[in-house]
Amino acid sequence: MLILTCPCCGVTAEETEFHQGGEAHLKRFGPGSSDDDFHTYLFAKENPKGVHFERWRHNNGCGKWFHAARDTMTLEVYGSYPAQTLEPPQDIRDAITAKRPGWRWREFA
Amino acid sequence: MKRYSVFAVAREALRDHMGWERAWASPEPKKRYDVIIIGAGGHGLATAYYLGKNFGITNVAVLEKGWLGGGNTGRNTTIIRSNYLQDPSAAIYEKSRSLYETLSQDINYNIMYSPRGVIMLAQTEHEVRGYKRTAQANALQGVTTEFITPQRVKEIVPIINLDGPRYPVLGGLWQARAGTARHDAVAWGYARACSAMGMDIIQKCEVTGIRRDGDKVTGVTTNRGDIDCDKLGIVVAGHSGHLADMAGFRLPIESVALQALVSEPIKPCMDCIVMANTVHGYMSQSDKGEMVIGGGTDGYNNYTQRGSFHHIEETVRALVETFPMVARLKMLRQWGGIVDVTGDRSPILSKTPVEGIFINAGWGTGGFKAIPGSGWGFAELMAKGHSPLCDEFGLDRFYQGRFIDESVAAGVAH
Ligand SMILES: Cc1cc2nc3c(=O)[nH]c(=O)nc-3n(C[C@H](O)[C@H](O)[C@H](O)COP(=O)(O)OP(=O)(O)OC[C@H]3O[C@@H](n4cnc5c(N)ncnc54)[C@H](O)[C@@H]3O)c2cc1C
Ligand SMILES: [Zn+2]
Repeated sequence: MLILTCPCCGVTAEETEFHQGGEAHLKRFGPGSSDDDFHTYLFAKENPKGVHFERWRHNNGCGKWFHAARDTMTLEVYGSYPAQTLEPPQDIRDAITAKRPGWRWREFA
Repeated sequence: MKRYSVFAVAREALRDHMGWERAWASPEPKKRYDVIIIGAGGHGLATAYYLGKNFGITNVAVLEKGWLGGGNTGRNTTIIRSNYLQDPSAAIYEKSRSLYETLSQDINYNIMYSPRGVIMLAQTEHEVRGYKRTAQANALQGVTTEFITPQRVKEIVPIINLDGPRYPVLGGLWQARAGTARHDAVAWGYARACSAMGMDIIQKCEVTGIRRDGDKVTGVTTNRGDIDCDKLGIVVAGHSGHLADMAGFRLPIESVALQALVSEPIKPCMDCIVMANTVHGYMSQSDKGEMVIGGGTDGYNNYTQRGSFHHIEETVRALVETFPMVARLKMLRQWGGIVDVTGDRSPILSKTPVEGIFINAGWGTGGFKAIPGSGWGFAELMAKGHSPLCDEFGLDRFYQGRFIDESVAAGVAH
């Protein structure tokens, strides 16, 4: 069972208290963008075997959204951080590099 | 290949079964093949088989990182049905179901197809309307299904509880020619038939890279060396995103663990499959007597082949309400497989941005039923560049917003 800590209210709880909301750090494309960009934004998933940055909502708790870095092979949670962050914080990147040297995620690695 | 028959069984019985040969060869990989298929699950093997049988292409290798059928093909709950909603789905799933009817004879391997029928329970007004609509759509598609009353449900499944407190049974969608088959036998049977046509099935051979020359594929890198090919089929279910990444493109697919469990064997008590989508559980009884129970998918993408524990409780709770007698059963085993889920719950059978690479994926929680039909269509796509069964399922449908929405038919899925 996955255990997450909500950075908004500080509660640590099992996955049944949360809801995953897909990939984090998406670059959004809307009206006026090219078909290619819009298609990529909507449908092209990272779906990596390894490090995944994602959005979670503390559904049965404070109700707020946050970000988490998780490993899709080991289910290890490298850390969670506020949704208002454009890139994962350095301490979480360091924690990932210690476990998975050479990991990458789109533009930041 | 020596044919399996009643005479072969009698002959072998007289000589202590010493004359059975290996069902398929295990050759060393050659330097080059016309076609390489990555993934020896049902879909990969069926593709290879129909490439040989329907198009005479036999210089084919099927590369498998583990063992034959060790992916979802050997982990699923074996429900075969074709009561989907959209026309392209009905076409490929019904083709598949009908190929299953004679598959044992076609490949001379007993896959134990058992057309025992499936009921999808309607437990809300919404489901009643939805399944009546599906029954009408199926009638137009030439797929025989019917909407039945609760009394008829009870006649077919005496162990069911019709008036559960929360979700009473209001009717059901009944497909009498749906059924189950032995999952391993489907993989083994196709493998044996492929091997007999001279194809190489290479186990413990993991593809670690895809080589290309500009926009064209030239071959693969594996833990057993480089192998060249003209055409490459990626048929790896939950690992589709991983292989697409090696080839340099991304897919509209996310991989999640899906679970199943079986009970201790008991005497025959249910001779059809029952799916309860609202309460989220489904069950059938295997020939050994175990109750085969399908569970839920995880709420987040992962590659653990295990699944979250709380889903077991949810599934079992739903089944105990629907079939009170299972409350006293002990469960024997639980396992998970990594399924490849698309947004519209329909598969992807398609060319890709790289010339020569084709992908067969996105079967998600319900692709066992589709193995023969998918292999049939995908072989045609790989051999000729298009196929009536596959053309609607191209990757371009996401670009065009032309979804084949089967989220209702997928239900608890499978
Ligand atoms: C618990 C569960 C229950 C299900 N129930 C049903 C059901 O009742 N009815 C139904 O129709 N469907 C069901 N399904 C879905 C069904 O099992 C799948 O859709 C189907 O088996 C997919 O077959 P496949 O050949 O595409 O994939 P798989 O059988 O998974 O084969 C893919 C193969 O590719 C190999 N591979 C991966 N990466 C590499 C690599 N790099 N190099 C070489 N080989 C590689 C894997 O080892 C694997 O053997 C269920 C699935 C699960 C998990
Ligand atoms: Zn919170």
